[in-house]
Amino acid sequence: MSFVYEKLMGGKSGLTGFIILATLILVIFPTFLDLFRLNLVGKYLTYAFAAVSLVLLWGYGGTLSLGQGIFFGLGGYGMAMFLKLEASSPENTAIQSTPGIPDFMDWNQITSLPWFWEPFNSFTFTILAILILPAAFAYLVGAAMFKRRVGGVYFAIITQVIAVILTVLIVGQQGFTGGINGITDLRTLHGWDITSNNAKYIFYFVNCFLLLGVIVLSRFILTSKFGRLLLAMRDKEDRVRFSGYDVSNFKIFIFCIAALISAIGGAMFTLQVGFMSPSFVGIVPSIEMVIFCAIGGRMSLIGAVYGTLLINFGKTTFSESFPELWLFLMGGLFISVVMFFPNGLAGIWDDYGHYLTDRLKQLKDKFTTVVLNREPKQLAEDAG
Amino acid sequence: MSSETDFTLSIENLTVSFDGFKAVDDLNLYIDKNELHVVIGPNGAGKTTVLDLICGKTKSTSGSIKFLNKELTKMSEHEIVRAGVGRKFQTPSIYENLSVFENLEISYPKGRGVVGSLFFKRTDTVLNKVYEIAKEIMLFDALETEAGLLSHGQKQWLEIGMLLIQDPQLLMLDEPVAGMSVKEREQTAELLNRISEGRSVLVIEHDMDFVARIAHKVTVLHQGKILAAGNMQKVQNDPKVIEVYLGH
Amino acid sequence: MGEYTYSELGSILAMQGFAGISLFSVLLLMALGLAIIFGQMGVINMAHGEFMAVGAYTTYFMSSLTESYLPTLMPYYFLIAILLSFLVAGLLGYLAEFALIRHLYKRPLDTLLATWGLSLIMQQSFRSIFGAREVSPTLPDWLMGSYQPTETIDIPLNGMFVLALTAVVTLGVFYLLFKSSWGLRVRATTQNRIMSGAVGINTKKIDRYTFALGCGIAGIAGAAFTTIASTGPTTGSLYIVDTFMVVVFGGAASLFGTIASAFSIAQAQSILEFFISGSMAKVYTLLALVIILMFKPEGLFASKVRR
Repeated sequence: MSFVYEKLMGGKSGLTGFIILATLILVIFPTFLDLFRLNLVGKYLTYAFAAVSLVLLWGYGGTLSLGQGIFFGLGGYGMAMFLKLEASSPENTAIQSTPGIPDFMDWNQITSLPWFWEPFNSFTFTILAILILPAAFAYLVGAAMFKRRVGGVYFAIITQVIAVILTVLIVGQQGFTGGINGITDLRTLHGWDITSNNAKYIFYFVNCFLLLGVIVLSRFILTSKFGRLLLAMRDKEDRVRFSGYDVSNFKIFIFCIAALISAIGGAMFTLQVGFMSPSFVGIVPSIEMVIFCAIGGRMSLIGAVYGTLLINFGKTTFSESFPELWLFLMGGLFISVVMFFPNGLAGIWDDYGHYLTDRLKQLKDKFTTVVLNREPKQLAEDAG
Repeated sequence: MSSETDFTLSIENLTVSFDGFKAVDDLNLYIDKNELHVVIGPNGAGKTTVLDLICGKTKSTSGSIKFLNKELTKMSEHEIVRAGVGRKFQTPSIYENLSVFENLEISYPKGRGVVGSLFFKRTDTVLNKVYEIAKEIMLFDALETEAGLLSHGQKQWLEIGMLLIQDPQLLMLDEPVAGMSVKEREQTAELLNRISEGRSVLVIEHDMDFVARIAHKVTVLHQGKILAAGNMQKVQNDPKVIEVYLGH
Repeated sequence: MGEYTYSELGSILAMQGFAGISLFSVLLLMALGLAIIFGQMGVINMAHGEFMAVGAYTTYFMSSLTESYLPTLMPYYFLIAILLSFLVAGLLGYLAEFALIRHLYKRPLDTLLATWGLSLIMQQSFRSIFGAREVSPTLPDWLMGSYQPTETIDIPLNGMFVLALTAVVTLGVFYLLFKSSWGLRVRATTQNRIMSGAVGINTKKIDRYTFALGCGIAGIAGAAFTTIASTGPTTGSLYIVDTFMVVVFGGAASLFGTIASAFSIAQAQSILEFFISGSMAKVYTLLALVIILMFKPEGLFASKVRR
């Protein structure tokens, strides 16, 4: 028990924060939001996976990836390919010139299912692909870069370029990928209607549990010696290397974990939103994920979730009413967070939060002394 | 190339050039077991480069470095450390944001792999080793202090401690008393004399009084080459050395 | 490629090559600015593309102004527009350095993010001022038309002009960096900032002017850009990745490397574009770059330095 308490929850304050977050997303949101809004929150929470992954990779690991959209996209497309194949059964697509293949393939004069689509007929393969392929790709990229001591800005730019390549590829090869529109019209999972209210609730909760699970897993990593090594590497990489550690292996591992986490978010995105498109893969979404993380606090797993929620609520609200203001606001917010609050909301809470908690405590004490400790006589007087 | 030797470290015909400039030129250097060897020389003589070459930070152009008869020139940095070579940098290189305890714990030679570090446990063996080293480097009372708050001299000791906890056979120290007070220098000299038992120590230093106190053997480097070698007295009386280094 | 004869293939290569030259010119101008800033200060300016857009919009603005008020000056306005693009973008760069960049010199990744924030603000400003539609200046007549050395080869004049402009700017930068006393101070600061400060070079001032110069050159790139395509609020962001690749591939500190790398990237993309679709040409070019950089991360022309 003490191991779970200390290691996975990060002690008392960590546990409190975790419970508050869990209550918020598991109890408060489902109770007070209608299904449409809840589904929206569910969508935001899938981005939170990427934001949390950046806390590990960037906040603690010191390696900024401007390409988390790659992994979010790979996860999302993996799930979408499976769902699309299920939606494209020969009966459903009987009007096409080649029944049994996805509609966009038919529109692009493709007459048989491409080889790399075949395995996505299997749900088991799809799940494994979502869990393994993005991490394996991260391994390749990470091994090539970190073994050659490439990091910092170079790594950021290379990951960004890979995100661009992937987007251009998806958009350009529309016969195989659905192009700019993405993979749409996803309806059922094993015959179960994923657009039904019932399914939306279930996916929302599955998503929440997965996210909380990811936070626990990340806590475990960060509170282990591995986590301290990450911090040590960020400050004095050479010292770690000359203490007998193969620094690159640690970076590769955390990059793979970050990829895996983002991919899970992507897969859950597809399930909850019902489509996947290149606009969740490229430069802009990838940097937005960094923004979520930066605003929430790059050193705080829970902060990253709040940052994601806050920015997305803001985006939805503002772009409905003042679309022009939103980009100004976001740009300004980003600049000021980077310049003045490098640890984001979590940092602000750490610095100033005690004023709030102290005040609350004072109020509580006052309440206890004034209301609860009154003499019976006084109470009687009050009652008149 | 020589065959098996009894030396802890034997450097033979070592050369490294940067765009034609030979920072270390055909160097031969041998260090015995239990020997405390000091390398001195004017700025730019190639002293730090020699340490860089031994610990794998810089790759040699030609020549061999054998540590306990293992060739180091082909090994990567962490393999060299794991083989038993520890190196302290010129400016104290410690983790400023971690406590002294954590600094030492991170350097403890267990859980060095990814998986190992994830499941590393703070056992009694680890604790005892950390305490033992902390006492050795005179920082036992500062175990919970954030390392960034230590004095300059204490930082130097901490880094030495971080090497000691790995129990290296060869300890390399780049200017261990730079920026230390007189008292700290004395304590460091005692520390070095204590820890040189049972291992070999290679020190780069400028402070001649300090060198005289600790050195078993001295090598003088000049322009990447050995100018003189032997005990302190012999070196100090060498006219060539006096001319380039001690003379002014 | 079997369906083309050799002479046809030659013409295609020549024409695509010249088409590539316009791209090369814009990329090189962009990359020069970025490379100066990156090489000098280690700052990655994510808003660099937006500074190019500033130049393009300035040119457009000048064109509309001249057309409405002084139509007789239409043949000459473009030259003034180039100068103004340089000045406006340079001035904005100066302000950005003052307000933003100088506070973040020790945190390169944060600079990257802050300049991204700046680019968002600049993009929205373009949209608010000039509208979301793409705009093009009216080009003077002497920039239209083309030169036909043989029947099958057709070289547009605007490409030639942009190439000449690029050559002038490149030579100017070369002179400024390697022959002037200001350049000496810039290079000294790059080599050893602390020492330069100690010998009396005002490194802060050097930084600010370097940044302004880099942005100014991006402004010229923007003016050149208007001759080959129209400008929208997000135009800059489309070129920023390619520009990064040029700088990184060329080895950040080498002027010659930047030129060679801009040339090879632009030509590869342009010639590939004729045989396969534009998007795949881009994919192959970028993919090749990423793979090369993974094996040679220091770029093609970096010198070996003693660490």
